[in-house]
Amino acid sequence: MASTLRFASGARSGTGRLLRPVPLLAGLLALLAGAVLLGVGIGAVRIPPGDVLAILLRHAGVDLGVDVDPQQDAILWAIRLPRVVLGALVGAALAVCGAALQGVFRNPLADPGIIGVSTGASLGAVVAIVLGLSGAFFGALQLCAFACGVLAALVVYGLARHDGRTEVVTLLLTGVAVTALVGAAVGFLIARADDEELRDVVFWSLGSLGGATWPLVAATAPFVAVGVAAALRHTRELDLMALGEREAAHLGVDTERVRLRLVIALSLATGAAVAAAGVLAFVGLVVPHLVRLAVGPANRIVVPASCIGGAALLVLADLVARTSVAPTELPLGVVTSLVGGPFFLWLLWRTREAHGGWA
Amino acid sequence: MSRRAAALALPAAFAVATALLATSVPAATPKRPAAEPAPVLPARVVDEDGKTVVVRDVSRIVPLNGDIAETVFTLGLGANVVGVDVSATYPAKRVGPLPKIGYQRTLSAEGILSLRPTVVIGTPLAGPPTVLEQLRTAGVTVVIIPEFKDLDAGARKLRRVGRALGVPGRGERLARQVEGQVALARREVGRTSSKPKVAFLYLRGAQVQMIGGRDSGADALIEAAGGQDVGKGLGIQGFRSLTAESLVAAQPDVILALTAGVESVGGVDGLLRLPGVAQTPAGKNRRIVHYDDLLLLGLGPRTGRALRLLIRGLHPEVR
Repeated sequence: MASTLRFASGARSGTGRLLRPVPLLAGLLALLAGAVLLGVGIGAVRIPPGDVLAILLRHAGVDLGVDVDPQQDAILWAIRLPRVVLGALVGAALAVCGAALQGVFRNPLADPGIIGVSTGASLGAVVAIVLGLSGAFFGALQLCAFACGVLAALVVYGLARHDGRTEVVTLLLTGVAVTALVGAAVGFLIARADDEELRDVVFWSLGSLGGATWPLVAATAPFVAVGVAAALRHTRELDLMALGEREAAHLGVDTERVRLRLVIALSLATGAAVAAAGVLAFVGLVVPHLVRLAVGPANRIVVPASCIGGAALLVLADLVARTSVAPTELPLGVVTSLVGGPFFLWLLWRTREAHGGWA
Repeated sequence: MSRRAAALALPAAFAVATALLATSVPAATPKRPAAEPAPVLPARVVDEDGKTVVVRDVSRIVPLNGDIAETVFTLGLGANVVGVDVSATYPAKRVGPLPKIGYQRTLSAEGILSLRPTVVIGTPLAGPPTVLEQLRTAGVTVVIIPEFKDLDAGARKLRRVGRALGVPGRGERLARQVEGQVALARREVGRTSSKPKVAFLYLRGAQVQMIGGRDSGADALIEAAGGQDVGKGLGIQGFRSLTAESLVAAQPDVILALTAGVESVGGVDGLLRLPGVAQTPAGKNRRIVHYDDLLLLGLGPRTGRALRLLIRGLHPEVR
């Protein structure tokens, strides 16, 4: 466990001064607000800022008396805004899940995929595509992905539980095994898929917010809220658990109960996020580390800061995805990985400079 | 770099990059309407899902699929097309410079809207459905015509698209032309004396080898051209990956492929080096025929031509 403890305290051992929590949270909120403004204001179709404001206010019940093109109204209200909101929800969910799971597992590499949710959701989506369910009714694919994602996480937890207890390493390895198994099922279905289905599967697995509609936002939001609320509620326990399982228990933390609650709540949030937007690599992994670098490892700051930062990051990433090659789009997963990959390398390199690497 | 600067540098750089990229989005340039005889509008058509759609303006058309784009160009409305999907490859010189809206299955609503289309037309293959719904919400006329998979498809698309875009007369005339070409080609089949077994291979590099069966798009052509579709005989629906051994077991006399697929494995010589191919009669006699993607699988206005070519490819006795 030495390496994982180092991860918990590593950011503090550097030479630089840490940011105070309040300015950081305020800064992140400003970043999110800016991201949302940019996201709503910019798109493949040019809508002047004044019209954007007029359209938004009109939907809020304030009529400025400005004549706006109904098509621009539809683009902004039915296409762009739900997309920005969904992006913020998905980004917040993934980043919070990453932050909390890194705490639960005391492992810097933990991300929302580690308890099998992502691959489970992939299986659900691929099943829906290959069996043709996705055309049966609106949202069938998302429902299927969500159900399979949550189910996979529960299977992982159930298999790892022994005598009413789970042990972190067992849980981690069970996650790896179930992920491999589910991955095999996905692979089998992909081999059976025809050309069009294959295209659909690939598109889905690269992630996109293109399917954002208000009903999808409404369906996703409650689950994200459950995950974020649970993570925020247990930040103190997570901080104590960073000291070690036994130490936390001595300090009065019911580690088993906290773990179970978090695994369930976070699976719901991740399942909903992945179902809505596909698999988005690196958001859940990178955002919490970025925050820890700035403010240190205390979860009571890391979790809320990751929530806001993740939302802002995904809104910006989606802005790049949908405008850089307009009228076409880049897959969102490509953009997040393109930013996340180099950043992660830089993080590793920096940490090695400071104290010879993670381990 | 200080810790604070480091932590802020990434999001800041990201925001700047975003802003730069966003401002460089090109504005759609207006297109001059076609000089051809003017379409008769409004046109009323029944959509694939049974709803009546009224098309009032065809000055800016976005076809969502390659075969539909080809059909629109054949109908003489090419000058009104303001964007196409990446599977639109014909007529190459005309569609090449047009803005691309992505692949027909993975369209994006705002991207299409930025081309300011007055009408968007495609087959049920176009999607995802959410995007079509979003286009309708934004006030764009969306026409989805049924997908046809037989030899009449080319003619039927011309009629349907012609009616939807206000040129029903032209559509009918061209459709009859295509039917005539197909009928003529079918008569040629009468002069053939062989019934070769044909394997339609879908290739993308040496690692991806699939065989087409029922509804591959090529099966109707193969049979009309007097060939026997090996994949269909094996009970394959659409495309399935293929082992070298089952290819050898099927003993095809001719291998049919797409030109881009053959190029992806290094030409005909590369194809002959793929496992199993050399052990088939087709490989031994180098009987490999390949055609352009949209010509062979599009079932568009060039169906008659594709059939004639294929008859000659499958039957050396017809010359």
